[in-house]
Amino acid sequence: MTTTLRALLGATALCATAGIAAAQDNVTLTIATVNNGDMIRMQGLTDEFTAANPGIQVQWVTLEENILRERVTTDIATQGGQYDVLTIGTYEVPIWAKQGWLVPLELGDAYDVDDLIPAVRDALSVDGKLYAAPFYAESAMVMYRTDLAEAAGVTIPEAPTWADIRDAAAKMTDKSKEQYGICLRGKPGWGENMGFITAMANSYGARWFDTDWKPQFDSEEWKATLTDYLAMMNEYGPPGASSNGFNENLSLFQQGKCAIWIDATVAASFVTDPATSTVADNVGFAQFPNREGVDNRGNWLWAWSLAIPTSSDAQEAAQTFIAWATSKEYSELVAEREGWRAVPPGTRTSLYENPDYQAEAPFAAMTIDSINAANTQKASVQDVPYTGGQFVAIPEFQGIGTAVGQQFSAALAGQMSAEDALAAAQSNTTREMTRAGYIK
Amino acid sequence: MATRQTQGLARLMRAPAIILLFVWMIVPLCMTLYYSFLNYNLLNPGMTSWAGWFNYQYFYTDPAFFEAIRNTLVLVLGVLLITVVGGIAIAMLIDKPIWGQGVVRILVISPFFVMPPVAALIWKNMIMHPSYGVLADVARFLGTSPVDWFAQYPLTSIILIVAWQWLPFATLILLTSLQSLDTEQMEAAEMDGAPAYARFLYLVLPHMARAITVVILIQTIFLLGIYAEILVTTNGGPGTASTNLTFLIYRAARLNFDIGGAAAGGIIAVVLANLIAIFLMRAVGKNLD
Amino acid sequence: MARATSRKARIGWTVAAWLVALLIFFPILYTIITSLKTEQEAIAGFDLIPSFTLESFQTVQSQNNYFRPFTNSVILAVGSTLLALIVAIPAAWAMAFSPTKRTKDILMWMLSTKMMPAVAVLVPIYLIFLRTGLMDTRIGLTVLLMLINLPIVIWMLYTYFREIPGEILEAARMDGATLRDEILYVLTPMAIPGIASTLLLNIILAWNEAFWTIQLTTTNAAPLSAFIASFSSPQGLFWAKLSAASVMAIAPILVLGWFSQKQLVRGLTFGAVK
Repeated sequence: MTTTLRALLGATALCATAGIAAAQDNVTLTIATVNNGDMIRMQGLTDEFTAANPGIQVQWVTLEENILRERVTTDIATQGGQYDVLTIGTYEVPIWAKQGWLVPLELGDAYDVDDLIPAVRDALSVDGKLYAAPFYAESAMVMYRTDLAEAAGVTIPEAPTWADIRDAAAKMTDKSKEQYGICLRGKPGWGENMGFITAMANSYGARWFDTDWKPQFDSEEWKATLTDYLAMMNEYGPPGASSNGFNENLSLFQQGKCAIWIDATVAASFVTDPATSTVADNVGFAQFPNREGVDNRGNWLWAWSLAIPTSSDAQEAAQTFIAWATSKEYSELVAEREGWRAVPPGTRTSLYENPDYQAEAPFAAMTIDSINAANTQKASVQDVPYTGGQFVAIPEFQGIGTAVGQQFSAALAGQMSAEDALAAAQSNTTREMTRAGYIK
Repeated sequence: MATRQTQGLARLMRAPAIILLFVWMIVPLCMTLYYSFLNYNLLNPGMTSWAGWFNYQYFYTDPAFFEAIRNTLVLVLGVLLITVVGGIAIAMLIDKPIWGQGVVRILVISPFFVMPPVAALIWKNMIMHPSYGVLADVARFLGTSPVDWFAQYPLTSIILIVAWQWLPFATLILLTSLQSLDTEQMEAAEMDGAPAYARFLYLVLPHMARAITVVILIQTIFLLGIYAEILVTTNGGPGTASTNLTFLIYRAARLNFDIGGAAAGGIIAVVLANLIAIFLMRAVGKNLD
Repeated sequence: MARATSRKARIGWTVAAWLVALLIFFPILYTIITSLKTEQEAIAGFDLIPSFTLESFQTVQSQNNYFRPFTNSVILAVGSTLLALIVAIPAAWAMAFSPTKRTKDILMWMLSTKMMPAVAVLVPIYLIFLRTGLMDTRIGLTVLLMLINLPIVIWMLYTYFREIPGEILEAARMDGATLRDEILYVLTPMAIPGIASTLLLNIILAWNEAFWTIQLTTTNAAPLSAFIASFSSPQGLFWAKLSAASVMAIAPILVLGWFSQKQLVRGLTFGAVK
């Protein structure tokens, strides 16, 4: 009797284990991601994850950012279920979560969700629920060449105004030596030049829409933003600036051709890396500038984050993966392999309290301050009906932002005046917003 | 001649291809036609409703619409001009008795084997980049300032890239035609003292008319659908200076995820493409008989 | 060439032809050179002599295994072309040898199916693929690529078949040849160069298709067009790596093209020669 029972119990247990093992053996995660350096590093470390989770296999789909966005958006909107983990930004998360396309994350106690930097966590949460875990996050700041500043006899204060920046750029420009005072994004795209120009407009006191969703490009603030942007770039910028995006400017700065570059904080680790940057030892940092009298420093906040679509059939394994890839342990793993500077920045408070990181990353303090200062709930000093900092978190923004970016880029290329570009932006945006039903 | 039996057999042999292509044409066409009358945005799937003619009206009143049509035509005509004229010149050059003819021919047809996005990437980064491109190096060597191709001459740059891709195709077809030219006739003309340009105008060119027609016809069909090169290089800009009709549809479909609008644009594009095709057949079709 | 050409003229033509050929080939050549440079060299300015490092190829390979997309590209290109030939040969044969009044119209209609912009029909096709389980499968993409290139295949074969003189067929028929004999012993040998050239051209077209192959795949069926899309705009300008990935994506078809250019050229007339 007892033996039979024991045997029976044993068999059941065996079956159960076998069942679980079989279920886990069958799980293959398809992860869609962008081809940025930090993500490529994550791919390289996949073996560590699969070794710890033998039941889960991982397949990567790495695509260029725009193609990735097209593919992933189509998949999730048609409930295609091609992917189990998506790499998306702070722009998509709130919109998609509201559509019910994303699974809320339950990452367990060990994950220490309270360690996430509050501004980032808020940007990835809807109604208090976290829908995506940040892989790395960024704000924007000023990066400048301390050696050139010294030679030109200028000091850039820790919290500069646009007048300070313009003045410094003028003094540090020497076009005969291919040394340009300022490099800013000019390549059209809602995530390229419009990311920067929108943040700059915020710091000028401008806003995209008033509370009735009417576009505001005819306002004095926008006019000042665009004319100052164009003036700086025309006088002190590099040639061909209208096709320069993040990558091109990074490369120019690393080669010593830019004195000032205002862009995402994540760039700091690249420009201070002696392996790729010729100016690694001479980079100083300052906050994103503001216009005299406007209490606003752009409110730039972006986080490349991992999320799970509701159409995934391996949600549990996907949660396990996300918990691993955005954990403190993952940071330690990267630090152990490649040093603390290579750790994905901007997501966890504990990283910025870590003395090793502070010692190796001279940009740590400025990065965390910039991220903490970003307010994505109210990007402008004026009242706004939308959320988002360097973008407007509505589905239509990709199209509208890119169309406006095209106009501003054309103005930078000298093919139309600032007034014409603003007028075209105003009428295009009004048209699109009327179509989408925002303007009654 | 053809008996009824062979006629029946011929019909049977044609049928699979025709049926397949018919299905391939009609199913997407009907679905697109249907979508073109809907308010259907992929990002708001719950809010689909009947739109009537609104999508058409909206697409047609797009500020970039007429510029896009103009750009489409300029792009097609520009590339055709370069590839036909260049193709004839290169074909005649390769046809001369030269050393290393085989290798020269291989080099000339190579661009045809390059994937369009790769071709665009190569030209954008390696050749035309205002700081690091080869053309910028050449400009600096000559002591002038580098040209920012995609900002200053966006459409011209794209025409150059696309023409580079299609030049081999035109060259090959024109070369085959040239080689079938009756040499005795040429020699006779030469004996009679006809100058080179006259031989070219009255013998070579008429002989190549058919080949030129084929090049124009096939290339037009492919050129009307160009968008990858634009996406990689200028993104349709600056402003809308290099936006063609296909790219305008791309913008609606993949940036705005406006399926209804893109469908309406697609239908408009098909109608325009067919108008161009009919015009082409009228103009050059008789060469094909 | 029967005409006597002076040595001087020949040298002149040779130099001109080589200059033009090198100019046209230069972008590809420079990509190959850049792929053998280090990243620092790649943006350091014009230089035709690389340091011949294979570093970039190794990095590309370690980031994204080349062999799976390569295999997919081969399967898709060859598979779709063979499939297209199976459907197109009988159709083109019938049109060429038993033409009707409408044959030319049918041909034009077939070509016109290529005029629908792919982006406009993406969502319908996407939904069909999703609902039928064809998404990210080789079979689905093979059929799709076959349909895309079918009009061109039929057209090429038709124009080639039409050049085969009808009298030969009639003579064969007089001699009592059956339809089978006719196809096997008379037509096939004459048609092979045309079929070979069609095959090559369509392998090239299918290999280089870069819209549907990216939009309708994730991992299982993703070919080299998707492989290159994962290198096109990384953070920073990694041109040596981009060049290496480009070389890897185009090299197979380039080499195939070089070796088979005689066959490719022989049948590539689209009826241009009469």
